[in-house]
Amino acid sequence: MKEPLLTLSGVHTHIGPYHILQGVDLVVPKGGVSVLLGRNGAGKTTTLRTIMGLWQASEGTILFEGQDITKLPTPEISRAGIAFVPEDMGIFTDLTVAENMTLAAARGPLDPDRLEWIKTLFPPIRTFWESSAGTLSGGQKQMLSVARAIIEPRKLILIDEPTKGLAPAIIKAMSDALLELKETDTTILLVEQNFSMASAVGDTVSVMDDGHIVHAGEMAELAGDARMQERLMGLSLEAHQ
Amino acid sequence: MSDTTIKPRIEKAPVLERITTALPIALVPVLAVLGFVAIGDPAAWLTLTVAGLAMGLMIFIMASGLTVVFGLMDVINFGHGAFISVGAFVGFSILIWLGGWTASSSVFLNLAAVFLAILVSMVATGLMGYAFERVIVMPVYGQHLKQILVTMGGLIVAQQLIHVFWGPDEIHVARPESLRGSIVIGEAAIEKYRLVAVGIGVALFLAMRHVLKSTKIGLLVRAGVENGEMVEALGYRIRRLFLIVFMVGSALAGLGGVMWGLYQETITAHMGSEIMVLVFIVVIIGGLGSVEGCFIGALLVGLLSNYTAFLAPKVALVSTIALMVIILMWRPQGLYPVVKAK
Ligand SMILES: Nc1ncnc2c1ncn2[C@@H]1O[C@H](COP(=O)(O)OP(=O)(O)OP(=O)(O)O)[C@@H](O)[C@H]1O
Ligand SMILES: [Mg+2]
Repeated sequence: MKEPLLTLSGVHTHIGPYHILQGVDLVVPKGGVSVLLGRNGAGKTTTLRTIMGLWQASEGTILFEGQDITKLPTPEISRAGIAFVPEDMGIFTDLTVAENMTLAAARGPLDPDRLEWIKTLFPPIRTFWESSAGTLSGGQKQMLSVARAIIEPRKLILIDEPTKGLAPAIIKAMSDALLELKETDTTILLVEQNFSMASAVGDTVSVMDDGHIVHAGEMAELAGDARMQERLMGLSLEAHQ
Repeated sequence: MSDTTIKPRIEKAPVLERITTALPIALVPVLAVLGFVAIGDPAAWLTLTVAGLAMGLMIFIMASGLTVVFGLMDVINFGHGAFISVGAFVGFSILIWLGGWTASSSVFLNLAAVFLAILVSMVATGLMGYAFERVIVMPVYGQHLKQILVTMGGLIVAQQLIHVFWGPDEIHVARPESLRGSIVIGEAAIEKYRLVAVGIGVALFLAMRHVLKSTKIGLLVRAGVENGEMVEALGYRIRRLFLIVFMVGSALAGLGGVMWGLYQETITAHMGSEIMVLVFIVVIIGGLGSVEGCFIGALLVGLLSNYTAFLAPKVALVSTIALMVIILMWRPQGLYPVVKAK
């Protein structure tokens, strides 16, 4: 087993009166893509938001590179090297694509080489550079959201369902981009319901249900075992193909 | 990935967008023309229009900070009027202290006195904003009811402190020599001070626009108004940004207080809370969080108040409330609804 980059141990999260995460144990190894699967409402988004400090864990610890980040405020977690692509993409629609990217480069001016690489990865970023981000299509917004997350080198990127509601061609483009991103030394924790995409890019996989991790292992193992898929995720997978 | 698969369908949107963006701006000249028709007398109309613009711009100065504070952190600050009053009192103290300069016939000394009064008052209200945010607002983030109660409490305390330091009576200060009197254009007499107020207001609006559109801190404010969580997730400390905005907003309220005081030549501890009625109307008309909307709303309120004060004095305040109702019926979120992703 590779050394862990991120480790959640017994993490509980409450949102108001609701007890959402009920002792999540999750290990994200350094390098590659870890996929987090689970049916709707399982707690995947809540897990990512808790890692990011947007919800406070009420119990348990989150270690990032050995450092305890459980109680850190969100900006500090970001500065530690974790980027977040939220489920709703979090685009600043009132700003242009260029301005979105400028803000995403929180630690300094835009690096032209890196920007060029991103524009090749996601051509709409180039095409609509000066356009208001609010006028982008859903798929283009998703690309912008991922582009923002990688405009500076990051150790870990949390991506929440980047293919939700996208056409197959764009899903393909997105998974190509993730595969290319994998070749850099960035680790990705990907929440994904589209199993063909998840199995194409994923190295390891964890499955959540009802606020717990119910399975963790290699992606190849799960991808090759239809009955295990059936047992872990029931019909939810087919529904999202 | 090829561009053809992701062709956007935005070709039509910008035109429509441009029209809807331009519409509220057109309300200002439309109102001016309506005023012209109703008043009939060009000289009176010109005087009233300049008076309305001056009043509107002063309200804009006081309201701009409030709207951004609301947009950025969802904080409803009912204590904003305190900065207006305190700003006026501090500024007037400086003007009284520099009485020799204000009474002098030198334009330079006159303006220097006003400039110093404004500067000191903005520093004082900016620092007061710092204390207000740390002590009063910070503990009640995200709790609207408590914000209303606590900031109103802060307002009362500030008003009482004004009584302690400056006494319970209103204070009169005449405007410096060179800001008194009028310029006559044709048959219309236009007070010089109103032109100065218009100049300061427009300059400030342009400066704010520049900061919001072309500086990183401005981008952060606009991004934060739309989605504060995402700004934090990108690594920015939004609370610190908010504190800066709160201080700037407080200092602008102080500036507005001095200008309003010079306009009326009389100040009271309650002047801030009295003007706040108009300030809130302007902020609501403009769309909570929108500086542009606030600017247009302020001009509309200023013009309408002056026109109706001339045409039908009894309905002056009612008319601005009616304006607010009409605009909200047209655009329930105000002229420029700020997109919120929360
Ligand atoms: N703000 C909130 N307030 C109350 N309950 C919430 C909130 N956010 C999430 N929940 C609840 O927490 C549970 C887990 O939600 P979460 O969004 O983490 O699921 P998910 O696995 O991401 O689902 P999906 O696949 O639909 O995105 C759900 O039952 C949801 O209703
Ligand atoms: Mg989710």
